[in-house]
Amino acid sequence: MKKSSTRKRRPAESAGSDFWRLRLYIAGQTPNSIAAIDNLKKICEDKLRGKYRIEVVDLLEKPQLAKGDQIIAIPTLVRRLPPPVKKIIGNLSKTESVIVGLDLQPVR
Amino acid sequence: MPRAKSKVVRTSLAKAPTGIQGLDEVTGGGLPKGRVTLVCGSAGCGKSLLAMEFLVHGAVRYGEPGVCMDFEETEEKLRANVASLGFDLRELAKRKKLLVDYVAVERHEIAETGEYNLEGLFIRLSYAVKAIKAKRVVLDSIEALFSGLADSTILRAELRRLFHWLEDHKLTAVVTGEAGEHTLTRHGLEEYIADCVIALDHRVTEQISTRRLRIVKYRGTSHGTDEYLFLIDREGISVVPLTSLALTHKALIDRVSTGIPALDEMMEGKGFFRGSSVLVSGTAGTGKSSLAANFASAACARGETCLYFAFEESPSQILRNMRSVGLDLEQWVKKRLLHFHAMRPTSIGLEGHLAAIHKLIAKLRPNVVVIDPITNLVSAAGTYDVKSMLMRLVDFLKVEQITSMFTNLTFAGDPQERTAAAVSSLMDTWIVLRDSKPNGRRRRELYVLKSRGMAHSREPRELIVSKRGLELGSMLTDHRPATTVAGSGAVAATK
Repeated sequence: MKKSSTRKRRPAESAGSDFWRLRLYIAGQTPNSIAAIDNLKKICEDKLRGKYRIEVVDLLEKPQLAKGDQIIAIPTLVRRLPPPVKKIIGNLSKTESVIVGLDLQPVR
Repeated sequence: MPRAKSKVVRTSLAKAPTGIQGLDEVTGGGLPKGRVTLVCGSAGCGKSLLAMEFLVHGAVRYGEPGVCMDFEETEEKLRANVASLGFDLRELAKRKKLLVDYVAVERHEIAETGEYNLEGLFIRLSYAVKAIKAKRVVLDSIEALFSGLADSTILRAELRRLFHWLEDHKLTAVVTGEAGEHTLTRHGLEEYIADCVIALDHRVTEQISTRRLRIVKYRGTSHGTDEYLFLIDREGISVVPLTSLALTHKALIDRVSTGIPALDEMMEGKGFFRGSSVLVSGTAGTGKSSLAANFASAACARGETCLYFAFEESPSQILRNMRSVGLDLEQWVKKRLLHFHAMRPTSIGLEGHLAAIHKLIAKLRPNVVVIDPITNLVSAAGTYDVKSMLMRLVDFLKVEQITSMFTNLTFAGDPQERTAAAVSSLMDTWIVLRDSKPNGRRRRELYVLKSRGMAHSREPRELIVSKRGLELGSMLTDHRPATTVAGSGAVAATK
């Protein structure tokens, strides 16, 4: 099954608690979805360079995946790693809220 | 669905039956088909149950599969609730008749970082609807979203869009909402629902619980502003409809035996009118239950069915007592012609009892009903006017052409007819039993105080209860003039 995902691959995927796996749920190429993808990439490059992976799930293509992560709002970003799982909604334009919501530590 | 292609403007409103006893009657056939209905009320009022029954009955009886988006209970909890009504959610899901999607809304894990919409919810709903070709949808309770999402402007716009989406897809939907302090629902959901709003209410006064249902709004359908009683029991909800109080029922002319030949004799030799209501009042031990049992037995002997509500004694007690006066009721119980229903006049109150009585009658469809005694019902009366409540019951029985007998216990020294007065005007026939000691010998007496539409005897007769059964002795004209009017005479007799 091919996932419609955008990946920033780095060799250190097995790097335990220091590695970030993020899943962004969208529904088609709406302005909010596109904005969310762009905003997320920017924040990740800024704060998590080299240790993150973003998976974009388009629910129009895979509606069955909405139930598992309890998706109601679009866009929704789920922090799958590191634990605990965190969930934030919106187009990620409020960078401060994203940093607080994802509990992002500044890059060392 | 391809069938939605041809758009026909229908003038008459199509309805989706709920399958809930009584509710389809008071709504003229069910909820508006292809529209959204709001069911609101406080916690524990039965709104989730109503919604679930609508869905389950739709799937099982009416060939309309349904989807439940449950914002409050997990599928396991819901499954247990529905199982208590005798339905297996897992089985229904397997047969593609009913799907449940538990939607968890937890505020603490949602931070808002900019614009969003509720497309996720739409996708989930639409996915489930397509999976089983659903025709019905329940959202219970969508208000949970208000506690999870901070931006109520977005939320309200999305709710509006959701309700339109449901209608565009021709889904008949039930949305539940928690009662607000000054509004029907806490978050004003009623503003979005144009077609049908039903409010449920659950009050407990003096430990008597009463449930009511009110149709606040139903576009295109005439509905009363009345509150209807409803009952929740093992089989779910049943609503007590108001029968037409317009006295339009047809008076029947055929007659049924009282069960005592000599009493039939006093009533033109033919007994009661079929479909009439009979009150039997008297002090303790005057033979009211025996009279009622004879009446019930005679009905069974004709091959009719009788529903006997016992408020004072257990069925086995009644069977034993009646055997001692030469009446074998057990044979009718065995032949399933006589059905006892014993109830205690506590806790659920008059309204609850009437709802239960109503439900059993509608289920069994008996020819004859006995309520023994009605006094206990009256003493369990809640806030409602006893008379109007009983009027509903009597009227219902008449419309159903059921001959009914109510016994009523009066107290010695009391004006005999005092408690009876409240209900006597509803009754077609009134038989009075009493004790008297004309010459120091205690005896029971019976007379027919009134019986509409017939030339009945007014003479008091001695009622003889023995192993041979109930018999009437000679007339007691020496003791009581034929013209005596009810109340005063009775008082005089006890002196």
